[in-house]
Amino acid sequence: MMLKSKLRHALQIVFAVASPVPVASAVRWGPPSSSTSIFAPASTPANSIFGLSLFVLLITGVIFVIVGSLLVYAAVRFRKRASDDGREPPQVYGSNQLELAWTVIPVLIVVVLFLTTARIIHAIQDAREPSNALEVTVVGHQFWWEYRYPKYGFVTANELHVPVSEPQSPTPTFLSLLSADTDHSFWVPRLAGKTDLIPNHPNNTWIDPHKTGLYLGQCAQYCGTQHAKMLLRVYVQPRADFDRWVRLQQQQSSPVNAQMNQEAAEGRRVFEGTACINCHAVRGTVADGRFGPDLTHLMSRDTIAAGAAPNTPENLRLWIQNPEAIKPGSLMPAMNLSDQDFDRLAAYLLTLR
Amino acid sequence: MASDAVTIPSSTRLPQEAEGTWLETLHGWVTTVDHKRLGLMYIGLALVFLLIGGVEATIMRIQLAVPHAHFVSPQVFNRMFTMHGTTMIFFVAMPILFGFANYLVPLMIGARDMAFPRLNAWSFWMAAFGGLLLYFSFIGGDGLYGAGSAPDVGWWAYAPLTSPAFSKGHSTDYWTIALLVSGFGSIGTAINILTTTLSMRCRGMTLGKMPLFAWLNLVMSGMVLIVISPLTAAQIMLMIDRYLGGHFFDTQAGGSATIWMHFFWIFGHPEVYVLVIPAFAFVSEIVPVFSRKAIFGYPVMVAATVGIGFISMSVWAHHMFTIGMTSYGNAFFVATTMAISVPTGIKIFNWLGTMWGGKIRYATPMVFCLGFLFQFLIAGLTGIMLAAAPWDWQLSGSYFVVAHFHYVIVGGILFALFGAFYYWYPKMTGRMLDEVLGKWHFWLFLIGFHLTFDFMHIPGILGMPRRIYTYEPGRGWEGWNMIVTIGVIFQAAAVLLFVANLVRSYFKGAPAGNDPWDAWTLEWSTSSPPPAYNFAVPPEVKSRRPLWDLKHPEDPDWKYE
Repeated sequence: MMLKSKLRHALQIVFAVASPVPVASAVRWGPPSSSTSIFAPASTPANSIFGLSLFVLLITGVIFVIVGSLLVYAAVRFRKRASDDGREPPQVYGSNQLELAWTVIPVLIVVVLFLTTARIIHAIQDAREPSNALEVTVVGHQFWWEYRYPKYGFVTANELHVPVSEPQSPTPTFLSLLSADTDHSFWVPRLAGKTDLIPNHPNNTWIDPHKTGLYLGQCAQYCGTQHAKMLLRVYVQPRADFDRWVRLQQQQSSPVNAQMNQEAAEGRRVFEGTACINCHAVRGTVADGRFGPDLTHLMSRDTIAAGAAPNTPENLRLWIQNPEAIKPGSLMPAMNLSDQDFDRLAAYLLTLR
Repeated sequence: MASDAVTIPSSTRLPQEAEGTWLETLHGWVTTVDHKRLGLMYIGLALVFLLIGGVEATIMRIQLAVPHAHFVSPQVFNRMFTMHGTTMIFFVAMPILFGFANYLVPLMIGARDMAFPRLNAWSFWMAAFGGLLLYFSFIGGDGLYGAGSAPDVGWWAYAPLTSPAFSKGHSTDYWTIALLVSGFGSIGTAINILTTTLSMRCRGMTLGKMPLFAWLNLVMSGMVLIVISPLTAAQIMLMIDRYLGGHFFDTQAGGSATIWMHFFWIFGHPEVYVLVIPAFAFVSEIVPVFSRKAIFGYPVMVAATVGIGFISMSVWAHHMFTIGMTSYGNAFFVATTMAISVPTGIKIFNWLGTMWGGKIRYATPMVFCLGFLFQFLIAGLTGIMLAAAPWDWQLSGSYFVVAHFHYVIVGGILFALFGAFYYWYPKMTGRMLDEVLGKWHFWLFLIGFHLTFDFMHIPGILGMPRRIYTYEPGRGWEGWNMIVTIGVIFQAAAVLLFVANLVRSYFKGAPAGNDPWDAWTLEWSTSSPPPAYNFAVPPEVKSRRPLWDLKHPEDPDWKYE
């Protein structure tokens, strides 16, 4: 009986102090396939951060093991025992040597951590922009991303394309970050840490993805109702593919031919005759609104509504008819057109390749 | 002569023997200026808001259990996290800690009441009025007739989301004015505790002999006095922007969004220490009594607290590493933030030193404190990770941060608070809280806490930002979020058990007597609950542990101090 209660007591204490350690478990169990893990870096800034994080994890891990063990040891070793004589333990009021030790040692650890951190801050934040870097201006909107390629003279939305940066001949991309309305934050975890887009406060960041592919992320600073569906997609392409993409984006979309596509031509009339053009631009037409995404090459994009839905004809029609169904709270209004006009409008948008 | 100094009055009046009709009782409570009644009212107010804030958290966790859930709309979800954060910080944590300070500081320093009893009552009613205003937004917030809506700009309400262009109606106004009003109350309380500890101590109690609890609340009050002011100023500026055509934070007219961030976080980060220092105060009283040893390194504990108070004023911009400060600015705040871990570490080591060589009794208060120590250690270490600015660029604004600060506030502060409830409830009511229910409460809450907040770190590392009402499947987040939500069930059960224990023990608990824990500070020398006048004879002390001296005349503390 006594043994049992003692055992239970000991177990209680062990459990009180030995619950799972969060960070270590994440490293071990995090699915390697996760396309947004900060521990799967694919670009220099994310990679330096990963290195720093391993160093900090090592130091904090050692501190955790030492202090945690001392705590468990003290909690078990100095528990009041059943055989206790009822007298008070010797009273100790302090120890200058010990106090000095557990002040000086942490100070030294802090100095090491600070110097390491400062070096990485400098390496990432003060990196020089090479002359061959691609420059893109990112403008955050409620609740989508505008990408301007000033050198190439076109604007696109929600899907950022950049060339892969070979380690032998780096071609990094430098991003200027602006906001049209509220605060946003540009965060593609595998490429770099986040940087906020703040109105009246231009910011910069850079990436140099080493591998081609699609990198995901999303807005990381609460920006209003649909903050959750302000998704980021970065397409890292081989140089030749990227150049081809740039050439496509630089063109105007091919004009709709009434003989070829009667419905689309009608749709264009609907588009240009309603409020669509107040917010959206299609280069080469009267539509030059800048409040919403540029639609010149809408069909070259995989997704609509800032990544919230795949760019299929059905989704596109649903999106113009009832945006609330895809992204409640988005600033895209429902257009209140006839069913026939919706069909025509969708047919027109499908020609914007 | 020590035995004369701490007179133990004979009356052991139990609460239900109070006389008068219920109306007279109510009148007595509403008009009271007694620090003990006000303390209890603060605690009661905070418990009500704790349940409300808990419901809001539960709604969020149900919504986030699976991707693309449709439990609530984005609008409702955004209101929930705004109200949850605002409620828990301003109307749970602050009032409950003020309540304990109000109740205990005068008793511990042998005073009759707080220095300014009427200011004390005023402060309480300001806090209560602030809470009422915040929740009235559910009815009157939107500004359109018949349409209510609560604030939805996040608890730190970054500009320019709060400007009239993006936040129409009155929900943001209710938020602003609720914080303004309760802020005045907090400043009143801070002045009161400062004055009380500095000038109302009993004979013989020099600052160096003041219980650590009083010392830590003294430091906390000094911080409140300094840091609530910028928050109040910012709220007034926001009101000027919204109603008088000002442009402090109106970026569309050349205002600055970052200035709001600075104003908010020069309040916001010290606020963390405003909340955690009273939790340190609980632990610094409970750990020695249950280890049966004097606190280890009293002068260093005081110095470390004062050090934390000063350093905490210089770390605020570590909340802003992602806003594009210069590399030198970032490095400065890395240095200060890491530096604050030194005095905090000293405190942990001193509590450990107090336990070392003791005879630890694992009653419920001590078990909760052990939970505090372990979880606060982890929270401190994840804090160091976040202090490394480049890593913070990844972790900031993610669920890792949410997990980190809940580790501080729930795993640290709330665990210490629960310990404080079990420890001082007997003094406040004259009855013990039930130990069996207490252990159930502890274990359920511990399991729930670790399920929720350990696993919450992981989606953050996997790139999940906070404040999103739903998320995409296939990013490795969904399983973790389900575990996090399951933990809520355990926590909710534990809190309900705790409330049941509070109510049941009030009527049926074992009588506590004056000094159920065999403790050493002055509050245990008077009856439970203490009479309105606290002490029949003004006490006189010779050491930090007057009751130890009384109980051990052969080996009193004052010989060594």
